[in-house]
Amino acid sequence: MDKIFGRPKSLRDIPTHYCSGCGHGIAHRLISEVVDELDIRERIIGVAPIGCAVIAYDYWDFDCCEAAHGRALAVATGIKRVRPEAIVFTYQGDGDLVAIGCAETIHAANRGENLTTVFINNAVYGMTGGQMAPTTLLNQKTATTPFGRDAKSAGYPLKISELLAQLSGVYYVERVSTDSPVKVLAAKRAIKQAFINQIEGKGFSLVEILSACPTYLGMKPTAAVKWVREEMTKEFPLGKIK
Amino acid sequence: MPKITIDKERCKGCQLCILYCPKGQIRPDKNLNKKGIQPVVFLGGDCSGCKFCAIICPDAAIEVYK
Ligand SMILES: Cc1ncc(C[n+]2csc(CCOP(=O)(O)OP(=O)(O)O)c2C)c(N)n1
Ligand code: SF4
Ligand code: SF4
Ligand code: SF4
Repeated sequence: MDKIFGRPKSLRDIPTHYCSGCGHGIAHRLISEVVDELDIRERIIGVAPIGCAVIAYDYWDFDCCEAAHGRALAVATGIKRVRPEAIVFTYQGDGDLVAIGCAETIHAANRGENLTTVFINNAVYGMTGGQMAPTTLLNQKTATTPFGRDAKSAGYPLKISELLAQLSGVYYVERVSTDSPVKVLAAKRAIKQAFINQIEGKGFSLVEILSACPTYLGMKPTAAVKWVREEMTKEFPLGKIK
Repeated sequence: MPKITIDKERCKGCQLCILYCPKGQIRPDKNLNKKGIQPVVFLGGDCSGCKFCAIICPDAAIEVYK
């Protein structure tokens, strides 16, 4: 009998600290599979965020660096400029990429840095206790919007992918999801494309992954993926944006 | 016949594999693992080797053989 599916080489064989059913685990594995398939393990440098994925570098078996909250794309810019032969990517949550790091994100994209960003949109701040994120849905209850997000006081879900797609420096933007096996396969194809773009020197590529945070949605993992599919995709439609 | 293996100690019991197995070949285990989590077990019957369970597993706890 042949093994037709197993742990990719770039994913260390250790348990993760993520909650049961957390989308970070799927995204970590997809990146590892792509790194293995493109045979770039000796060339890749990941930049980990602040957020639940803060110790992503413990899980990936390739070179990584840590950035201060929101500054991953500034750090990645520096790495890529001194090591242009390296394949550099950032891995960032919605709090990291869209809230505190919004300026760094927009300017790196606008400069057309030849980088890859994997953006985990789980509609909350996971690490700090489920507070509202810029991507929290209207009426979604979080620790800081106990009655649901109200546009009058908290504004609207921020569609950073659509916003970035407007910039001339941006080459590729796609929104995917990991709510079902078929979507996970599509997410992997997008991540692979975003790395191939960098290898070919095409410029800034971003893949937004709609991802479940069962803990702060207050749902079982099986209900959380349904919520991602049925509620999140209404506000954040899937597909290639640029 | 294709089959899967589940690493019980790695499994966090999210049951996403159960939700997506088209053949109904995965069930919650009777016993808890060392962390006190209820993992899942493969029933060992009619598995198509579709890999859906392994593809959705957030903890890379499933291997598929054909
Ligand atoms: C400069 C700074 N400000 C605030 C924090 C607190 N903080 C840690 S993680 C986080 C948000 C994490 O949310 P997100 O980026 O969505 O990632 P998730 O945990 O949901 O994966 C915040 C505000 C910090 N660590 N550093
Ligand atoms: S709090 Fe949410 S994002 Fe963080 S590990 Fe748990 S499920 Fe994942
Ligand atoms: S490979 Fe497919 S049929 Fe077999 S256990 Fe997994 S999901 Fe079920
Ligand atoms: S998907 Fe993975 S972690 Fe979740 S119950 Fe199945 S084997 Fe366990």
